[in-house]
Amino acid sequence: MNKVSKSPWLLHYDASSCNGCDIEVLDCLTPKYDIERFGIINTGDPFQADILLITGGVNSQTESVVKQLYSQMPEPKVVVAVGICACTGGVFKECYNIKGGIDTVIPVDVYVPGCAARPEAIIDGVVKALGVLDEKQAAMQKSRR
Amino acid sequence: MIPLLIGIPAVLAVLFQFIRNEKARGYVVYAGAGIVMLTTVIFIVRWISGGAQVWLLYPETELIDHLMTAGDIFLMCLIIFLSIKYRKILPIILSVLQTALVVYTEFTAEIKTGPHMMVDWLTILMCIIIAFIGGFICIYTVGYMKGYHEHHKDVKDRQPFFFSMLFLFLAAMFGLVLSQNLIWIYFFWEVTSVISFLMIGYTRTDEAVGNSFCALWMNLLGGLGFAVAIALMAQIHGTASLLEVVNIGALLPLMCLSLAGLTKSAQLPFSTWLLGAMVAPTPSSALLHSATMVKAGVYLLIRISPALEGNLVGIIVSSIGGLTFIMASMMAIAQNDAKKVLAFSTISNLGLIVGCSGIGVEETVWAAIFLMIFHAVSKSMLFQSVGAAENTLGSRDIEDMHGLIITVPRLAYIMGIGIAGMYLAPFGMLISKWVALKAFVDSGNVILVLFIAYGSATTMFYWTKWLAKLLCFHIPRETVKDVTRRDEYASMFFHAATMILLCLLLPLVAIGVVNPIVRELFGNSRDVLSMSVLTTMAIMLVSIFIVPAVMFFVSRRSHREIVPIYMNGINEGDNRFYVNSYGEKEHLYLSNWYLRFEFGRRHLRVPSIIMAAAVLVVGFCLVIGGVSW
Amino acid sequence: MVKVVFVLAYLILAPFLGCLLDGIDRIISARMQRRKGPGLLQPFYDLGKLFSKEMIAVNNVQLLLNLSYLVILMIAGCMLFAGADLLMVLFILSTADMFLIMAASSDSSPYANMGANREMLQMMAYEPLTLLIAVGFYLTTGSFQVSDIIQADVSAVLWMPGLLVGFMFTAAIKFRKSPFDLSTSHHAHQELVKGLTTEMSGTTLAIMDIAEYYEKVLLFGIFFLFFVNSTWWSWIAALLVCVVIFFMETLWDNISARVKWKTLLYSCWVVTLVAGGVNILILMLDK
Repeated sequence: MNKVSKSPWLLHYDASSCNGCDIEVLDCLTPKYDIERFGIINTGDPFQADILLITGGVNSQTESVVKQLYSQMPEPKVVVAVGICACTGGVFKECYNIKGGIDTVIPVDVYVPGCAARPEAIIDGVVKALGVLDEKQAAMQKSRR
Repeated sequence: MIPLLIGIPAVLAVLFQFIRNEKARGYVVYAGAGIVMLTTVIFIVRWISGGAQVWLLYPETELIDHLMTAGDIFLMCLIIFLSIKYRKILPIILSVLQTALVVYTEFTAEIKTGPHMMVDWLTILMCIIIAFIGGFICIYTVGYMKGYHEHHKDVKDRQPFFFSMLFLFLAAMFGLVLSQNLIWIYFFWEVTSVISFLMIGYTRTDEAVGNSFCALWMNLLGGLGFAVAIALMAQIHGTASLLEVVNIGALLPLMCLSLAGLTKSAQLPFSTWLLGAMVAPTPSSALLHSATMVKAGVYLLIRISPALEGNLVGIIVSSIGGLTFIMASMMAIAQNDAKKVLAFSTISNLGLIVGCSGIGVEETVWAAIFLMIFHAVSKSMLFQSVGAAENTLGSRDIEDMHGLIITVPRLAYIMGIGIAGMYLAPFGMLISKWVALKAFVDSGNVILVLFIAYGSATTMFYWTKWLAKLLCFHIPRETVKDVTRRDEYASMFFHAATMILLCLLLPLVAIGVVNPIVRELFGNSRDVLSMSVLTTMAIMLVSIFIVPAVMFFVSRRSHREIVPIYMNGINEGDNRFYVNSYGEKEHLYLSNWYLRFEFGRRHLRVPSIIMAAAVLVVGFCLVIGGVSW
Repeated sequence: MVKVVFVLAYLILAPFLGCLLDGIDRIISARMQRRKGPGLLQPFYDLGKLFSKEMIAVNNVQLLLNLSYLVILMIAGCMLFAGADLLMVLFILSTADMFLIMAASSDSSPYANMGANREMLQMMAYEPLTLLIAVGFYLTTGSFQVSDIIQADVSAVLWMPGLLVGFMFTAAIKFRKSPFDLSTSHHAHQELVKGLTTEMSGTTLAIMDIAEYYEKVLLFGIFFLFFVNSTWWSWIAALLVCVVIFFMETLWDNISARVKWKTLLYSCWVVTLVAGGVNILILMLDK
């Protein structure tokens, strides 16, 4: 009943993406892909989110923002890096202002490569993240006892 | 006893002119307020032990009548002198007219002798309000004025004058509510008008002088109405007794008396004076303009309300009251000055009371009296806490009270109780609103029902946003030192305790005080408050006091991780700053909604004044045209 | 005895019923948008998850105020289902809402504060009509008591159709449905992040949700009152009409776009005046 994977709510953040992946993320909400059938809601609010979906590599401006958003999410939580830039920094990896992938700032649980990542891939990644989410919840409940 | 009630404050008022030492004056004020309260208590105990019957006193008062005539003329001379000094013409005309009228009537008309004073439950209730709320306001004033003059160095320190006026005012109010003879009431009525005028002008700035003259001429207009009513009653019916006015029920005198009541209780179109009166130091706002003086207006209206049922005058009075209720509450939304909000809400609430008394049936008068009690206590408390907050924060802007619960918790609690008392569920305001709504429906007045429906929505809006402002938790920008003095807190705590007690003992107050008043005014009294409503009240009390308290303990047990608030990830860490688009720290500033373009005074004031004035003028025309001489 | 049963049923069943209604609502909405949508029990899963999450908060009073909101709302609902005074129920309902506003503004956060301000405005918009509804029932049945209203010979709606229309219009505010979901929304497309509830997470949000379910059932209870009379079949009819109203609110939610606050306030006030005020006027003239 209280499995977090039954109702994962998303927070979507664009760290420095070209908006290609963002469009694809929003695609998932459309009738064709309809991620709400998994109980997924795209909230804009870290306080209510379970999954942090990040597109684009981290640059010096978004670094602190990513950290803060992550810190405002209650446990258990997972991070999904969507698109190759979010995974490794992509073609911008060597830019002066880019730190690299999301994992240079916060721990990432699932990587969804692609440029832009396809909606199917994103859904696949999110569903993978649900497994991680359940594991984390179980670990959290064990430590609470 | 009665001469003592009026005499003691009057003597004290004279005394203050000679006490120049601040400390000594403080002690005299404490003692004086104590004596006034004690006399009142003894008076009430004696009255109740005497069987709580209606006392009719002083049938033969030749000498005092002459003294009062002299007093009237003295007041007229004072008004003329000050008006000439400040080059105002209107007050002179009004004052001369009415004084001449009253003096002429007194010497020419054959007036039946009758009791000049009367003690009944309504009088007793008014005495309690005057003595205790007024008394504690005097005590509060001692501390407040010290803080006031530390803040306002530019204002000349005229404290002896201020305290004289406060006590003289108490004396006049006692006289007003105890009197039964119209000529006597008129004298005390004029005294309160003049004192209010003098106190508004305390700071002697241009604004204060202008506003004080505005208050003066409006109140004098009411006084003129009063004088006309006296002349009519004396010339036509040969009596000058208030009871006779109600019994005879002639419309024109009633209309004139209602005019007097409407001006004094600052109803539209005369509400400007009460707003202007906010320039005065807070105690005078609290005492005159919320707790007592404006109550003189509604007191008079409640007295005559049995004669207003279903006739033209009643309809006019209740329409103006209802209109004032909704218009003032709308205009209060657009104010961010705490005292302005209080002023508007005073006008608005008085509007409801006036509306109730205009209907003039048992239920509405019941509701009116209840509203009056609760309004006196919570409004005086609110004024005092705003005054204290002003001295502490250096501002009375509601925006500056952001998170008062963190910076000055004690004041925030007092203010919170006051605000809750003005509109929240279990407090008396709401129960009276319930009764009023029911009575309005019963009397078939659809306009008033609509007024009260919309008016309570707007009332809710401006109080809620203020309360929400107080309860904002945050890290204060700078530490605030609470400079509120102990006597100020004593007074405010007394008011807060009274408020909560009134709320808890509501059924007792209803049965013990309000029902007898209604019975005396109407001859009989139905049980306005049924048992089921009382049960509901009990449930509400539980919900509003006990639920949060229990929840406090429930929620305390849970462990929480405190995180910064959400600001799109650019919170600087302590919730006070965020990073702007230049990468710099920027202060977060939160403001309430004031909806100035929709509810601003600029848009609503003139139309509402025109509407109310039109109702009044048409009403007068109809009454004069239709009355049989 | 019957009263006790009703109150207990309300206390125990209302959150379940509210949850189910929410689930149905989400499925219907999804179908209207040609989506599959979540399962019927999705709101239960959501609540379960929220309770299992770590407790984070921005201050120590929000949970307390939210709990007060819930309990006072429950009291209001109990009074309605116990057959008490309708006007008092509505007064307590607005008191409960006050606590929600306090909870939101206690954060000193920009989004929650804005949401709280909008919520106050919404209260101001719907409050006149709720009072008029109570007045309407009083005029039709001669009593504010719910227990008397349900004993009436004919359904109240015959006398107060205008008020019913008005209530259906303004109830969208209370159901937090588009076009009037200004302060917080169930949809993702909220321009104020989550408005009122931005700083609420985990248990605090769950409490808020449960309170909303109680409120939903309470509001349908008031709709129910419009149709019920002393006959037994009127209860079934009233139930059916409530289902229709529920569907219409969902439909309206899906076909309208969120309005600006001015439109909200003025439209609600005008509808109140035209539909409610005229209805009351006619009632007063007739009775």
